[in-house]
Amino acid sequence: MIAELGHFALTLALVLALVQSVVPLVGAQRGRGAWMQLGRQAAWSLMGLCTIALISLIHAYALSDFSVRNVAENSHTMKPLLYKITGTWGNHEGSMLLWVWMLALWGVLVAQAAKSLPAAFQSRVIAVQGMIAAGFLMFLLFTSNPFLRLDPAPAEGLGLNPVLQDLALAVHPPLLYMGYVGFSVAFCFAIAALLDKKIDRHWATVLRPWVLAAWAFLTGGIALGSVWAYYELGWGGFWFWDPVENAALMPWLAGTALLHSVAVLEKRDTLKNWTIFLAILTFSLSLLGTFLVRSGVLTSVHAFAVDPARGVFILVLLALATGGALFLYALRAPYIRGVKQFTPFSRETVLLLNNVFLFAAAATVFMGTLYPLFMSALQLGAVSVGTPYYMATLAPMLAPFALLMGAAPAVVWRAGNPRVTMRRLLLPALATLALCLFLILFAVPQKPFLWLSIFAGVWILTALLQDMARKTGGFKSFRYLPLSYYGMLVAHAGFALVIIGAAAATQMTTEKILVMQTDDRISVAGYDIRLDSQHTGTGWNYNVDRITFEVVPQDGARAFRMVPEKRWYPVASRMTSEAALHLAGMDILYIVLGDNEENNRSRWVVRIYHHPLIGLLFLGAGMIAFGGLLSLGTRRARKPAEGVV
Amino acid sequence: MKRHILALLPLLFFIVLVALFTAPLLRGTDPSRIESAMIGKPAPDFVLPGVLEHERPFERADLLRQDFALVNFFASWCVPCQAEQPVLTRISDEEGIVIYGVNYKDNRDDAVKWLKQHGNPFTATGYDNAGRVSIDWGVYGVPETYVVNRGGMILYRHVGPLTWQDYNAVIKPLLRKG
Repeated sequence: MIAELGHFALTLALVLALVQSVVPLVGAQRGRGAWMQLGRQAAWSLMGLCTIALISLIHAYALSDFSVRNVAENSHTMKPLLYKITGTWGNHEGSMLLWVWMLALWGVLVAQAAKSLPAAFQSRVIAVQGMIAAGFLMFLLFTSNPFLRLDPAPAEGLGLNPVLQDLALAVHPPLLYMGYVGFSVAFCFAIAALLDKKIDRHWATVLRPWVLAAWAFLTGGIALGSVWAYYELGWGGFWFWDPVENAALMPWLAGTALLHSVAVLEKRDTLKNWTIFLAILTFSLSLLGTFLVRSGVLTSVHAFAVDPARGVFILVLLALATGGALFLYALRAPYIRGVKQFTPFSRETVLLLNNVFLFAAAATVFMGTLYPLFMSALQLGAVSVGTPYYMATLAPMLAPFALLMGAAPAVVWRAGNPRVTMRRLLLPALATLALCLFLILFAVPQKPFLWLSIFAGVWILTALLQDMARKTGGFKSFRYLPLSYYGMLVAHAGFALVIIGAAAATQMTTEKILVMQTDDRISVAGYDIRLDSQHTGTGWNYNVDRITFEVVPQDGARAFRMVPEKRWYPVASRMTSEAALHLAGMDILYIVLGDNEENNRSRWVVRIYHHPLIGLLFLGAGMIAFGGLLSLGTRRARKPAEGVV
Repeated sequence: MKRHILALLPLLFFIVLVALFTAPLLRGTDPSRIESAMIGKPAPDFVLPGVLEHERPFERADLLRQDFALVNFFASWCVPCQAEQPVLTRISDEEGIVIYGVNYKDNRDDAVKWLKQHGNPFTATGYDNAGRVSIDWGVYGVPETYVVNRGGMILYRHVGPLTWQDYNAVIKPLLRKG
């Protein structure tokens, strides 16, 4: 009964979404207040109905109602309750429902927040939100309905993927989706601006916090996914350049560009068309990301083949959203003009340049991700694109990008003075050179990419420090700067740490793979590791081998134990490997069990990794997201003012 | 006019993109059959140092010395590879098939020890520490075995440990067919 309620709510939601996408739009065109008013009410109702649908599905999952097909296929009574609930969005249908619910949520928030904008503009924003919601609701109802029944109901569910029983993974998709969906606000703002043929600084002021929020969520989602892959997949890697990861990286790169171009628009009333274009691009890439992950267009094309209707629907939806937006852009963009001229040496020029780099990076990742698809489309055979491609293409962009990123805060808006800027940057430049020379000569192995990354990271950090010193009068008065300035500091410093951490962890890593049994010893990266003991036991719904390693640091620090596990889930008949991690400063020692030998079950394949400075990577990623949230806390003036930032 | 063309560019680019996406869908091809990517293609060019100390390097030219050869990708840390080794030995001894071994992402000392312990049926071995050559071949993981003909063409790829049954059922007929 509850499932039917959910189904009914979804159907009703679709009708409402259609109303929401037409009535306010017509109202705005004809100037009818009541019609425009309807948009906001529709948005609230849509949100209510989607909430009912989502709760119905969560209810079915929590009670393991296997008469609902989606639950029977994706859940299991042997799961802990928490993972039953988070399992609601661990599958295609459920995750799409969560997506739609979030869209409705953002829709309501934006309907409330856009009040300071003209009524016609608001209505158009709400209407475009309604169109997106309608598209997704149709997709849900017609091709991926989570509420279909199964008769007779099976006694037990099929879904028990132990790898997905993990808290980080339960939180990771909702965060990512909040980011994807959040960019819909920018998209709606862009479409409404094109319909209006008008875009001004106030538009940017209102939009900026929305972009910031979406971007911070997306950053957090990506970071969490990377952490999860690192400790759960047991390959000792944090980024694999696979299509699913790239699908999240592309909107992040475009969104980062958007964030900065909105800032330029807010301050200087220029880069208007570029900002609109980026808003359309970012949300389109978010849509692509959503579909790449769940439909498996690229990874396992199997899902596509099973239900071709779904694939075609996705394509049509993408084509309508992006194609429609770009069509409108082609018609209207030529009439939207920036008021002020660009001066060659100014903050806005630096930001534009870095925008170009971010765009190029997104395009590069796009090429790499979809290249295999192009090749097969043109019947040129199947190929796969891997890490070497991304290293070869993205690494050269890093140096100029980091150079500009460090310099940007020292260049003033409008008319910068090259000589003053140079003077400001002299100290950080010298400090960077000195520090890097020292590192290269004494501390770091001779690898060009490693040097480049350390250079880039240290430069950004020292330049930030210098800028902060200057703007706080030598670290004396911190209160006069807006929170958004500190947000920028934290996020940029986070980026620097990510570069350094990623480079060190990949280029200076130590990796040992060997077979060990009790009392075997091995030395890895300054640690003496001994396999101390082996135990077997049982967990919640699995059997487990626990292997205890005793680790003695050679530098005389206190010895510690590491206990990686190998779990066997009988119901799912799946093995998982739980890595053991030891954090020492910013370095991580990582032990993961492979298989044990068939004829001698006490001999284990053991993989030991030492990843120097990898903690910086995760810390930095967290800082980037936190920086975004910090900027969000800034009290924004109703009318944008020229400020320090 | 320039502004209009500039504003039109993204749309045009997008249309091309959609066309590229749609083509395979409409044609009804199933791109999941990536398995066969290298089959019917010439083996990639490579030179690898031998695993054993006195061994000469293993290179693409070696593949052209006999009518058929097997190229086996293995590692000392790979347990299924152990199970496969007697089968490879038997294929080499009883059937007289030339087998080359590529040692994948391994420690050289471990690999040498492993070959000593489990037998070395390989005419020549290559030490692919970085795994680059293996990637060129399209190797997903070890063990994998490829069948190559005199023209250096890849005829077949076997994923996972090769059994005597696999050999008789698939590879042997393939060799007979030529």
